[in-house]
Amino acid sequence: MLDYDFMRTAFAAAGVVAVVSGAVGYFLVLRGQTFAGHALAHVGFTGATGAFLVGVAPLWGLVLTTVAAGVGMGLMGERLAQRDVAIGLVLSLALGFGLLFLHFYTAFATQATALLFGNVLAVETGTVWTLAALGAVSLAALAAISRPLLFASVQPELAEAKGVSLRLYSVLFLAIVALATAECAQIVGVLLVFSLMVGPAATAQRVTSGVGTGILLSVALALAEAWIGIALAFFTDWPSSFWITALSAGAYLLAALPRPAWPRQASLLSHQALDQPAPSLTPRKR
Amino acid sequence: MSVIEFRDVHLALGGRPVLSGVDLNVGAREFVGVLGPNGAGKTTLMRAVLGLVPPSRGAIRVLGRPAARGNPAVGYMPQLRGAIASMRLSGWDFVAGVVDGHRLGLPFLGKAARAEVDRALDLVGARDLARRPLTETSGGERQRLLLAQALIGHPRLLLLDEPLISLDPHHQRAVVELARSLQGELGITVLFSAHELNPLLGALDRVLYLGRSQAALGTVDEVITGPVLSRLYGSAIDVVRVNGRIFVMSGHHDAERDDHRHDAPDGRCGSSGAHAHHA
Repeated sequence: MLDYDFMRTAFAAAGVVAVVSGAVGYFLVLRGQTFAGHALAHVGFTGATGAFLVGVAPLWGLVLTTVAAGVGMGLMGERLAQRDVAIGLVLSLALGFGLLFLHFYTAFATQATALLFGNVLAVETGTVWTLAALGAVSLAALAAISRPLLFASVQPELAEAKGVSLRLYSVLFLAIVALATAECAQIVGVLLVFSLMVGPAATAQRVTSGVGTGILLSVALALAEAWIGIALAFFTDWPSSFWITALSAGAYLLAALPRPAWPRQASLLSHQALDQPAPSLTPRKR
Repeated sequence: MSVIEFRDVHLALGGRPVLSGVDLNVGAREFVGVLGPNGAGKTTLMRAVLGLVPPSRGAIRVLGRPAARGNPAVGYMPQLRGAIASMRLSGWDFVAGVVDGHRLGLPFLGKAARAEVDRALDLVGARDLARRPLTETSGGERQRLLLAQALIGHPRLLLLDEPLISLDPHHQRAVVELARSLQGELGITVLFSAHELNPLLGALDRVLYLGRSQAALGTVDEVITGPVLSRLYGSAIDVVRVNGRIFVMSGHHDAERDDHRHDAPDGRCGSSGAHAHHA
């Protein structure tokens, strides 16, 4: 499988993107802004199709529009970034514009599918380096602000009182999310960004409640899901994005299922056992 | 030296006056209950002490210096805390996220910082909550973790905004007793805002009662009287004492209770609604 150039490229690209998505996604889930991340991806679709129109590589159209939208969302404030209706309208409008651009540039119907659902096997070698550079920028930025970002996410009002600017970190973080989203769209497409950005992070937060372990687990899960997904795509000839979404959803489901042998549940059972002999409830026969 | 000093302070929120020309002094090692009807400005007063709401006139000094954001000597437990119950973070990480949280860099804590987190958790008796995720804690347990957060950084002044909201009487008593014992043990000053006076009665040194842009600060016997409260409510108020409990009556109604009847208990919507009223 690794004899093929395109497979090696795919694994490298997916590896870079998964590490970035896993780390950024952790904070996205913690802050309850997953929908904002989803919306940024849709806005990116407009940018990518617009880039086709003017003859620029779609990745740069993606990066430009997502970052602009991310900064805009951050500036509008914490509350607005979480408003479902406004975000929902913006994301459908963005997809509408993307469709319009495609309409003017009909030659790229397959490109549109690749943009929407991703096609990691078609990533060029040069793109991997671009992805690696963008990934390094977003990871470095995230590392630099992670402590105040965590404070602002966990206890915004106290953070504000202690001198942390909520708006500044909101803007910076959404700009980082935008970069990660643009990268992620290269692997799984704008519609399926959730599977790499949110799935692994949400799964990690179900399994562990520590920040450090959570981020590491989120990255590891994203990496595993992306790589196994690509391998499965190679052997089955089904789309890699399908396998990644399936693995992402499957892992979350596994983590969300009630676990059988928990001490607390054991004590619950023993309580029930104590409750069982309840003679007062059963009418006595004489 | 006074810990909080207001000189002719005017505070406004969205053009609406909240305090007009208020003078007051809160001393060291005092436990002060902050009371008053909804919208009287309890939260705004605390945010002003934190430097988040600058006075439109007058001056606020905190621990001898003008009120300003980022004062490590001031601990704060905010009222808005609806989102916390849905966080999948352990109690330890929840408190640890506050330590030096204003500094850039990775959120890894050194030995001293970890000891600080453990100390804060021990002070509120929340060591056993350290490993558990917030989603699996009760309202009373979360309140203790929030108190631990406020204690990070060895504050000399603690501002507690409505710690009793949405707690049953048993847990209310526990929180008041905890705040009072911390105040004595650490020798700090505590401002404790609440809907009702009675849960605080045993713990209070003085009462700061707000109403109609005015404030009255004094002992319970000085402030909780018909004439003083009638001035703050702008209508005739009777104070009724029954078995060591005090009821503030407007006509035939319990004024404190009626004022807060619309408050939703917990959750983001509920508390933000209550927050708006208090502002």
